[in-house]
Amino acid sequence: PAVSVGNVGQLAMDLIISTLNMSKIGYFYTDCLVPMVGNNPYATAEGNSTELSINAEVYSLPSRKLVALQLRSIFIKYKSKPFCEKLLSWVKSSGCARVIVLSSSHSYQRNDLQLRSTPFRYLLTPSIQRSVQNKIKSLNWQEMEKSRCIPEIDDSEFCIRIPGGGITKTLYDESCSKEIQMAVLLKFVSEGDNIPDALGLVEYLNEWLQIIKPLSDDPTASTSRWKIPSSWRLLFGSGLPPALF
Amino acid sequence: MAATFFGEVVKAPCRAGTEDEEEEEEGRRETPEDREVRQQLARKREVRLLRRQTKTSLEVSLLEKYPCSKFIIAIGNNAVAFLSSFVMNSGVWEEVGCAKLWNEWCRTADTTHLSSTEAFCGFYHLKSNPSVFGSCPRKNMQITILTCRHVTDYKTLESTGSLPSPFLKALKTQNFKDPACCPLLEQPNIVHDLPAAVLSYCQVWKIPAILYLCYTDVMKLDLITVEAFKPILSTRSLKGLVKNIPQSTEILKKLMTTNEIQSNIYT
Repeated sequence: PAVSVGNVGQLAMDLIISTLNMSKIGYFYTDCLVPMVGNNPYATAEGNSTELSINAEVYSLPSRKLVALQLRSIFIKYKSKPFCEKLLSWVKSSGCARVIVLSSSHSYQRNDLQLRSTPFRYLLTPSIQRSVQNKIKSLNWQEMEKSRCIPEIDDSEFCIRIPGGGITKTLYDESCSKEIQMAVLLKFVSEGDNIPDALGLVEYLNEWLQIIKPLSDDPTASTSRWKIPSSWRLLFGSGLPPALF
Repeated sequence: MAATFFGEVVKAPCRAGTEDEEEEEEGRRETPEDREVRQQLARKREVRLLRRQTKTSLEVSLLEKYPCSKFIIAIGNNAVAFLSSFVMNSGVWEEVGCAKLWNEWCRTADTTHLSSTEAFCGFYHLKSNPSVFGSCPRKNMQITILTCRHVTDYKTLESTGSLPSPFLKALKTQNFKDPACCPLLEQPNIVHDLPAAVLSYCQVWKIPAILYLCYTDVMKLDLITVEAFKPILSTRSLKGLVKNIPQSTEILKKLMTTNEIQSNIYT
């Protein structure tokens, strides 16, 4: 995921890892992220609730040839670019066929056309376009539009901007230049309760990858297909003191 | 951006910390000279281990000179008070060194003299039992970390005001096989900063380590908070270390009174 507005990419990763019951295969040990530890965020019972988790971990599902990296804290100042370099060098050396980045962007930065269309966008690096362009076209997805590089200046050039996307733009640019097959999937969101946004983003990903059974015509069925991890409890704090009422 | 109820549009903070990306765009606008100055400052960051008395640097790593099998780390004033009064009061402990650090956010430029109000890190080793802060580094080493957090950081279904604070919770790495003397920290609670950094390192490099976290509503030095750490004295790793508990309690009380005088707001 990219650590981005509403933490939507990370929440979506939690849903994928939890629903598919992916196994932890290793750590991405780095000094670029703020340290953090806690007990297994995907615990389902007493027995599996006491394994320690750290801020960057790698999970896998061999049957689907899927590897997932989860990031759980924010970047230390000036360390996001070095992290991108280390991550992409690991991706290249580990021989991953394709990389998908789940991310989000500030919804208040949308232009009029974007306000009226779907909130989901995708981006493909040139090297992945050859292999997946047809599939993406068949899904009728909307590509991320270019916007003014410097919004305040009317005659500024147009380029891809992902405000609130954290390292997404850096990862995308570096992958283009390093010829890494990368796709970015993002949603325009605002900060708040971003669980529905995360569910939306995994459904968007699922249209392409078919991680779980495709959505039937009944939209209300969507939320129950993804397993909410136990660590999502108390997202907005502890219980309230009864004396408040 | 967010609109407030008063009709103004303000820049809302983003919990994913993406404001930094704007600072990094500014970074792209910084001149090569600015970047060079920033990188030079970063190079000056140092963490030095010094021999306490002579203040000369330790030439070899502390663990090579004093290899140990039990390493106890206390972070924060209550944890340190517990360690000083209960653990270090038993047996003779020798100060073997201290760590001094400097980075560009430190207020003093001088790395050799530390004022009493600044963060301090000292290393002590038990003379009578060299295996505490003594045997093969990493092979049989076990690490115990003690720290405190404010009870409002603890997430639970009930209101934190109704919790019987202070209380202890533990987090241990996969290789730490002994039982903890208190319940483990339940989801969705997490720990960050230095204790998390140490525990992460231990988890990744398969070192047995345990963190004892005391949730308290008093963050300054407090008798009840320090005494909340007492159950850990019965654990296998620390059992042999503490001899005289009543004496320790006296020492702790003395520590409190000295501290109380210092914290008089009128001085």
